[in-house]
Amino acid sequence: MTTPLAEVASSPSTLRAFLHGLPGVDRVGADARAAMLGTRSIKTTAKKQAIDLAIRMVDLTTLEGADTHGKVRAMCAKAVRPDPADSSVPPVAAVCVYPDLVATAVEALTGSGVKVASVATSFPSGRSSLEVKVAETRLAVAAGAAEIDMVIDRGAFLAGDYLKVYEEIVATKEACADAHLKVILETGELATYDNVRRASWLAMIAGADFIKTSTGKVSPAATLPVTLVMLEAVRDFLAATGRKVGVKPAGGIRTTKDAIKYLVLVNETAGPDWLDPDWFRLGASSLLNDLLMQRQKMATGRYAGPDYFTLD
Amino acid sequence: MFEYAPAPESRDIVDIRPSYGLFINGEWVEPQGEDRHKTVNPATEEVLAEVAWAGEADVDRAVQAAAKAFPVWSAMPGAERAKYLFRIARLIQERSRELAVLETLDNGKPIRESRDVDLPLVAAHFFYYAGWADKLSYAGFGPDPRPLGVAGQVIPWNFPLLMLAWKIAPALACGNTVVLKPAETTPLTALAFADICRQADLPPGVVNIVTGAGETGAALVNHPGVDKVAFTGSTEVGRLIARGLAGTRKKLTLELGGKAANIVFEDAPLDQAVEGIVNGIFFNQGHVCCAGSRLLVQESVAADLLEALKRRLGTLRLGDPLDKNTDIGAINSAEQLAKIRELSEAGEAEGAERWSPACPIPDRGYWFPPTLFTGVAQSHRIAREEIFGPVLSVLTFRTPAEAVEKANNTPYGLSAGVWTEKGSLMLWMASRLRAGVVWSNTFNRFDPTSPFGGYKESGYGREGGRHGLEGYLAV
Repeated sequence: MTTPLAEVASSPSTLRAFLHGLPGVDRVGADARAAMLGTRSIKTTAKKQAIDLAIRMVDLTTLEGADTHGKVRAMCAKAVRPDPADSSVPPVAAVCVYPDLVATAVEALTGSGVKVASVATSFPSGRSSLEVKVAETRLAVAAGAAEIDMVIDRGAFLAGDYLKVYEEIVATKEACADAHLKVILETGELATYDNVRRASWLAMIAGADFIKTSTGKVSPAATLPVTLVMLEAVRDFLAATGRKVGVKPAGGIRTTKDAIKYLVLVNETAGPDWLDPDWFRLGASSLLNDLLMQRQKMATGRYAGPDYFTLD
Repeated sequence: MFEYAPAPESRDIVDIRPSYGLFINGEWVEPQGEDRHKTVNPATEEVLAEVAWAGEADVDRAVQAAAKAFPVWSAMPGAERAKYLFRIARLIQERSRELAVLETLDNGKPIRESRDVDLPLVAAHFFYYAGWADKLSYAGFGPDPRPLGVAGQVIPWNFPLLMLAWKIAPALACGNTVVLKPAETTPLTALAFADICRQADLPPGVVNIVTGAGETGAALVNHPGVDKVAFTGSTEVGRLIARGLAGTRKKLTLELGGKAANIVFEDAPLDQAVEGIVNGIFFNQGHVCCAGSRLLVQESVAADLLEALKRRLGTLRLGDPLDKNTDIGAINSAEQLAKIRELSEAGEAEGAERWSPACPIPDRGYWFPPTLFTGVAQSHRIAREEIFGPVLSVLTFRTPAEAVEKANNTPYGLSAGVWTEKGSLMLWMASRLRAGVVWSNTFNRFDPTSPFGGYKESGYGREGGRHGLEGYLAV
């Protein structure tokens, strides 16, 4: 397959030269910009609009060793109808599960419009052979996953072996066939914003449909400045190649206030074209109930207790 | 589209009196003359209050009150003076929301800036100099440095309360007493500060506030009872003051105009440089003496940078300064707006290319859209004269040496910014730029611990930091 800028990956040295030729990121400045956007005051009609948009962007996630078919079915019910008492609440974008539970989720969500995403490639560490990673991706796709959330080999990336990371993404993309590929950078392990920018471009050149911050298993997970850097990358990649890539911060986004800060960041960085579940997702689980609680508060003027929102 | 609903900060928290007198000897007094002046909200042209116009007799009264308070205040142990300054700092923090709203109403700056920049810095200045009051013997100015006496201070309208803090905090910490004249268009936060002095039980006469225009300021700086003059404002007025004070015993510090270069190299962190350019020239509507009003960009990245900059300017939100999401507020006065317009027209007439984003302008009040000029030459007026508005002149350079040459080729020398990821180049530049402040991969960052002041026609003396004490001590 061909992707824009694929020629820069023709050798380790051209790939390295390209990635290291990207403009640097000044940490202090990026933090300050993200913090400033975090002070935007989103109230009344704007807040209402933002809450519904955020609900539609949620990838409702369970990635635990203790996950069962029952747990996944319950979560799927919640994904379709987040608030049983209020049918005006839109469904979420997708549910995200481990590969062995994809079939259960697909069965529960057939006809609902909610997509099934699966992590793959030896999530969360990515420490296995390419053969195993590709096989796992095929397994998830065969079970009906519409989206694959893969992890990059952070060890290879930090060792400077960008071509290995690139080739793994290309191979996974191929194994995805029609499924959308989200590439998890695990920014908490990449540590610097320069690395985040380079990894973002590397993933996009290799064919990622989405770039995603984190597995949720490493701290820090998603942060505003990291997401800012990734949004700048997708904006610049579109300008350079004509191909639009989505962004998904995941992990640590728990409150409506947090979610709205991310939407502001999207709006003022990549632009309003990205404010759509096709181009921006929020990987989260507990966030959904806070969105529902704030939504109800806006409609009724009162907060309901946590027992009025289902725990699935 | 994601439209932000209006999010106005409530103005109920401020209580503006219909009319203000002068604050002399710890009390509100009426001026001797009949002259009064209305101060307006520049965003709406609504009259906020009427303030007294102090004449020579009023200024004399204020200076005498300060002179009378000086022996008591200067003889007080430093630790005691510090208590008052700490108390003032805490009162400012407690009343910061009120003061921020008041500043925004009177000045036109966005509430986001008065709330997040001005007020925190005002409090920080008082806290910082409170800490010095009992440590003056260790400041490097001799074992027992003495205060000067009565300080006559004249401040501008761009950061009304912050400039007051820059002037009053070090003066009081060193044991001087003060007569301060706020700018004619922005007197209200200084008058609110008078109230804070009373709340803090500051001894009468230590701080006196006289409102008025240029004549009041002239009467103050030329008053024979004044021992120290501190002025922040235009170079033109600074020259007049220096001329008037020549040959007198008065000590003088001047913080004047600027035409700062913001220099972007090809290896700069581009997204942050764009933010720095925006913050350099559009912060406070460009009403900043150290504004980065000349963008010097390396020709090899000029096209990319300008494209990114224009895209970013398209997201700036101009409008109601009290709205918490506003980025660009109102121009402070009709007079200033006329000056910005005149210079912008001169820029076009001289052949530079003018650009502004699509930006609806409110019907009432004084407004000017964020504007940039490309194709600017060093010889153009917009590259040489201080515009003091949201207008950026873009020039290019080819080599570091050319950047230094162009940056220094101005009668001013208040500040400069350098953007590069290369540390050695940063240091090379910083040691060659003739500017009081050189910002490294940032712009318009202020801190009470850091000295601020100019080279050449940007003035002399330093404010802030340990250096800021020197102007208020007999050394």
